[in-house]
Amino acid sequence: MRVVVIGAGVTGLSTARLLTRYRGVDVVVVERNPDVGWGVSKANTSIIHPCHEEDPDKHPLRTKLCLEGHNTWYRWVRELDIDARWPGEIIIATSREEYRVLKHYHRLAMRNGVPGVRIIDRDELLRIEPSVNPDSVAGLYAPSAGTIDPVGACIALAENIVDNGGRILFNTEVRDVVVRDRRVRGVKTSRGFIEADIVVNAAGLYADIISRMAGINDYNIHPRRGQYILYDRMAEPKPDKIIHTAPTPKTKGVYIVKTVENTLLIGPTAEDLPPDMRDATYPTREGIEYILRNASKIISRLPPRSLVIRMFAGLRPEPSTGTFILRFHEDPWGFVEATGIRSPGLTAAPGIARYIIDLIKEHVDLVEKEKWNPFRRGIRRVKELGLTERNKLIREDPRYGRIICKCMGVSEAEIVEAVERMRKIGVEEITFDGVKFRVHAMYGRCQGTFCRPEISLILSRLTGKPPWMMRFKDHGSFYGVGEVKDLFRRG
Amino acid sequence: MKTYDSLIIGGGPAGLAAAIRLSERGYEPLIIESRDRLGGIPLQCIHPGFGIYYFHEDLTGPEFSYRLISRVEELGIEYVTEAYVEEIVNESMVSKKAKLITPRGSMIVEGKTLIYAAGARERTRYELGITGPNVAGIYTAGEAQTMMDMYGIMPGRRIVIVGSGDVGLIMARRFVLEGAEVLAVLEILSYPSGLTRNIVQCLRDYNIPLLLRHTVKEIRARNGRVSSIVVTEVDEKLEPIPGSEYVIDCDTLIIAAGLRPRVKLLKKLGVRIDPRTHGPLVNDWLETIDVPGVFVAGNSLLINDYADYAAEQGEWAADSAIEYIENNGLPTTPLHRIVPGRNIRLVVPQYVTGLRDTWLYLRVSEPLENLQLVFPELGRRIPLLYALPSVMVKLRLKREEIVRAGEEIVVEAEPR
Ligand SMILES: Cc1cc2nc3c(=O)[nH]c(=O)nc-3n(C[C@H](O)[C@H](O)[C@H](O)COP(=O)(O)OP(=O)(O)OC[C@H]3O[C@@H](n4cnc5c(N)ncnc54)[C@H](O)[C@@H]3O)c2cc1C
Ligand SMILES: Cc1cc2nc3c(=O)[nH]c(=O)nc-3n(C[C@H](O)[C@H](O)[C@H](O)COP(=O)(O)OP(=O)(O)OC[C@H]3O[C@@H](n4cnc5c(N)ncnc54)[C@H](O)[C@@H]3O)c2cc1C
Repeated sequence: MRVVVIGAGVTGLSTARLLTRYRGVDVVVVERNPDVGWGVSKANTSIIHPCHEEDPDKHPLRTKLCLEGHNTWYRWVRELDIDARWPGEIIIATSREEYRVLKHYHRLAMRNGVPGVRIIDRDELLRIEPSVNPDSVAGLYAPSAGTIDPVGACIALAENIVDNGGRILFNTEVRDVVVRDRRVRGVKTSRGFIEADIVVNAAGLYADIISRMAGINDYNIHPRRGQYILYDRMAEPKPDKIIHTAPTPKTKGVYIVKTVENTLLIGPTAEDLPPDMRDATYPTREGIEYILRNASKIISRLPPRSLVIRMFAGLRPEPSTGTFILRFHEDPWGFVEATGIRSPGLTAAPGIARYIIDLIKEHVDLVEKEKWNPFRRGIRRVKELGLTERNKLIREDPRYGRIICKCMGVSEAEIVEAVERMRKIGVEEITFDGVKFRVHAMYGRCQGTFCRPEISLILSRLTGKPPWMMRFKDHGSFYGVGEVKDLFRRG
Repeated sequence: MKTYDSLIIGGGPAGLAAAIRLSERGYEPLIIESRDRLGGIPLQCIHPGFGIYYFHEDLTGPEFSYRLISRVEELGIEYVTEAYVEEIVNESMVSKKAKLITPRGSMIVEGKTLIYAAGARERTRYELGITGPNVAGIYTAGEAQTMMDMYGIMPGRRIVIVGSGDVGLIMARRFVLEGAEVLAVLEILSYPSGLTRNIVQCLRDYNIPLLLRHTVKEIRARNGRVSSIVVTEVDEKLEPIPGSEYVIDCDTLIIAAGLRPRVKLLKKLGVRIDPRTHGPLVNDWLETIDVPGVFVAGNSLLINDYADYAAEQGEWAADSAIEYIENNGLPTTPLHRIVPGRNIRLVVPQYVTGLRDTWLYLRVSEPLENLQLVFPELGRRIPLLYALPSVMVKLRLKREEIVRAGEEIVVEAEPR
C-alpha cells in the first residue's frame, strides 16, 4: 500500500514518521519546496504549549491532541535529538481585567489537567523572573511549557523517515488529486503522476486548495500573519522563562522567548490577511512597532535596537471552521485531511499524527514492523565538545577545526555534513537556508555577512556549481548575478 | 606552556602594528587571526587612500597590509591563522588566556597582556529597522566587497546603496567599475557622512545621484530576489514624509550604514562599553578601565577613518603593554573623565591619568564651520575652520593641563 503525504511540514512529517512503523506501507512525502519545514513550520513562536489555553468545550479534539502532543514531544526530542528547553511560561497580567483572564486560564488548566499551573502574585513573579515589568499585577505560571527548534524538528523527522524506508520528493508540487470510482488513485504533480492508495493532505496554508482538488469544498483557509523580531544572544534583559501578554480571543498574546539557540524572540502579531496573500511572509514597520509596544508592557525594558539580528513573519493557516480538520473520507475513499493546522499545531503534531494513523487503521489493517528505528542523531557540533574529544576529531578531519561561522562557532566539517544529510533525505537544491537551519551558520549576530562568501565557496566545491549560483531559498534567489566581469562579457 | 608577552587578537593594521612594535622593542607577541591570512580589511579594499599618514605614501589597501605583513615575517613574529577565539580569560594580573579552535587543534594560549584588535562589524538592515521580505539581493557593503574582490562573485546589476559613509561611496564606484549600474546612494541625514574627496571621486565623477534625507521605506521582491525598493524623503525628525515615496527598480540593496566595534569577547570579559563609540571604555594607555592588562586598538576601539590611525593605536597599545609588563601593571592613579559636551559625538580615550601627555580622538555631532573646540576646565580653545562628523579630529593634551583639572574634563564645540 502506498500513502502519499502532501506537505513536509511538522504535520505531514510527524504523520509520515508514524506511517513508517507499519509493514508494507510505502510512505512518500511530496513537497514543493526544495527542503523540509519551509512552510508554516518555519516561522512561529516555537512553543510547546502546556495546553491550559485550550477550551475543551469549544475545541475538545484540539485540546486533547494538544495535551497528547505536548507529552509526546518530551520523548520525541530525545529520540530525534531535537534542540529543546522546558523553562515553563508565565502569562503576565498588567491590570485587574487581565487578572481575571489569568483566573479563566487557571480554571482551564485544572479542567485540562495541566500540571503545576498556579497564579503567582507580583512578589513571586518578580522573584521567579526579575526582568518582568515591575508594574505587573500577577502571573499565571505553567511550569511545563517548552520551546523547540521547529525547523530542526522537521529535519530530524525527515531523516528518521528516510532511515525507516520512507521517501521525500522535493520540488514536487501537487497539482491535482486523481479520483476514480470514488476512490483516490494518486496525485498529479509538477513532475508527473504518483500512484497512491491513500493521500494525506497536510499542505498547511494551501490545504483547502488541495481538498478542493479532491472535491472537498466545505472549508476555507486564510492567512493570519505573525511577525517577529529576533535579538542577539547578548541581549539583556533575557527572561529565562517564556513570558507573554494576556491572551485575547484571537491570539495567545505577544511572547518573549529565550530560544534554544539562546537568542531572544519577540512576537507575534495577529493580522488577518485575504486568502490571496499566502505568500506575504514579510514583516512590516507597523507590525514590528506593535510587537515592541506590547512586549514593553511585560518586560522591564527592551534590548537596544542595535542587538536586533533579524525580523521575519509566518502565516497561520486559519480554517473557516476555527479548528483542526482531521478526517478520513469515504468519498473519495482514501483521502485524508490533516488540515486547518493553526496554532497550537506544532505542539499537537505528534497527537495529530497518532490520530490520523488511528483513522487510517479504521479503514485498513496496519501491522507494525518488527524492526523500526526510533532514533536519529543530530550533527556533531565541535563547539559543544570537550578539548580532548575536539582534538581527536580535528586530528581525523582538520575541517572540524576550521570555524567558518564566527558568530555561532560552526566548523567547515559541520557544513559539509549538513550537505551530506540534505542529500540523504533527497534534497536536490543545496541552499544557504538549508545549511543555516541544519547547523545554524549565518544564524547569529552578523546574519552571514562575514561567512556567507566562504560558505558559497564550500557549497560550490560540493555541488560543482559556481559560488554565485548558490541560492538562499528557491526560485531565483541566487547569491550573485554572475562572476565579476560577466556584466561586461554579457552586456 | 609558553607565555607570550602579549596575545594580539586580530591581524589587521592595528594588530600587526602592535606586534611589530612589541617585537622591535624585544618582546614576544602572538598574533591570533581568524581568517586564513593576516592583513585585515584593507586586503579587500583594492583602491588607494591608505598609508598617507603612516607610511607617507598613497597605497592601496593590500599594499598597506603587505608592508606590515612583510615586516612581521622579517621579525619572525609568531602568528596563528584560521583561529577562532572562543573565549578570553583573565586569569590574573599577568596572565591572559585565549581558548582557540584551529585546524591544527583546539588549544589554550597565554600572554602576560592582551591587545584586542579584532576590528569592526557592519550594521545590518535589521538593525536599521528595514522591514520587508528576506530574499536574495540584500547585502552589507562588506559582504558585497568580499564577494567581488575575494571570491569573484558579482552581487547585482542594478544597485541602490543605503548610507553615504566612505564605505558606501567607495563601493558605489566599485560597482560601476565592474559594469553594474548604481541608481542612487541614499542618506537619511541632510549631509553626507563620507569624506569630500570620496563624494567627488566616487559619486560625482560617475554621475551617481546622492539623495540626502532619503531612506528605504519598503523592499519588494519577485522570484526570490529584490525587485524594487520604495524610497521616501524624511523630515527633521528623520520620520518619513507621507506622499514623498517613489519606486526605484533594482535587484540589489547594499547596506552601508556604518561599522560598529566588534566587542563581544570583551563584553564577556566584563569590559564596559561606551554608548557613544560602541567600543570599550579605556584610559590613556588604551587599557580597558575594567580589566587591567587588556588593551584595545583600531576599529575595535573606535571606528577610524583611516587604517593609519588603527596602526597608530596598535603601536600605542603595544607601548602600554610593555610598560605594563615591565612594572607588573600600570600605576594606579585617579582618572579624569573626558566628558563629551555640546556638539561632540564621541571622545577616545574616555579617561586620562595625567601621568603623561596623551592623544585624544574626537568627532563632532554635526558639520560645523568656523568653530572652536573648548576645554573649559583646561582653559584651552582650539580654533578650526570646519569640522565634519566623518573626519576624526586628533589633538594632544598636555600632562600639566590635565593635572590642573578636576575629575571631569569637558570638551565642546562652539561657533567662533
Ligand atoms: C505566527 C505563528 C505562531 C505560531 N506559534 C505556535 C506555537 O508557539 N506553538 C504551536 O504549537 N504552534 C504554533 N503555530 C502553529 C504551527 O506553526 C503550525 O500549526 C504548524 O507549523 C503547521 O504545520 P503544517 O505541517 O501543517 O504546515 P506547513 O509547515 O505549512 O507544511 C505544509 C507543507 O505543504 C507544502 N505544500 C503546500 N502546498 C503544496 C502542494 N500543492 N504540493 C506540495 N507541497 C505543498 C508546503 O510547501 C509546506 O511545506 C504558529 C503558527 C504561526 C504562523
Ligand atoms: C570599503 C572600505 C574602504 C576603506 N577605505 C579606506 C581608505 O581608503 N583608507 C584607509 O586608510 N582606510 C580605509 N578603510 C578603513 C580601514 O580598512 C580600517 O580602518 C582598518 O582596516 C582598521 O584596522 P583594524 O586592524 O582595526 O581592523 P581590521 O582591518 O578589521 O582587522 C581586524 C582583524 O581581526 C580579525 N578578527 C576579528 N575578530 C577576531 C577574533 N575574534 N579572533 C581573531 N581575529 C579576529 C579579522 O579577521 C581581521 O583580520 C576602508 C574600509 C572599508 C570597509
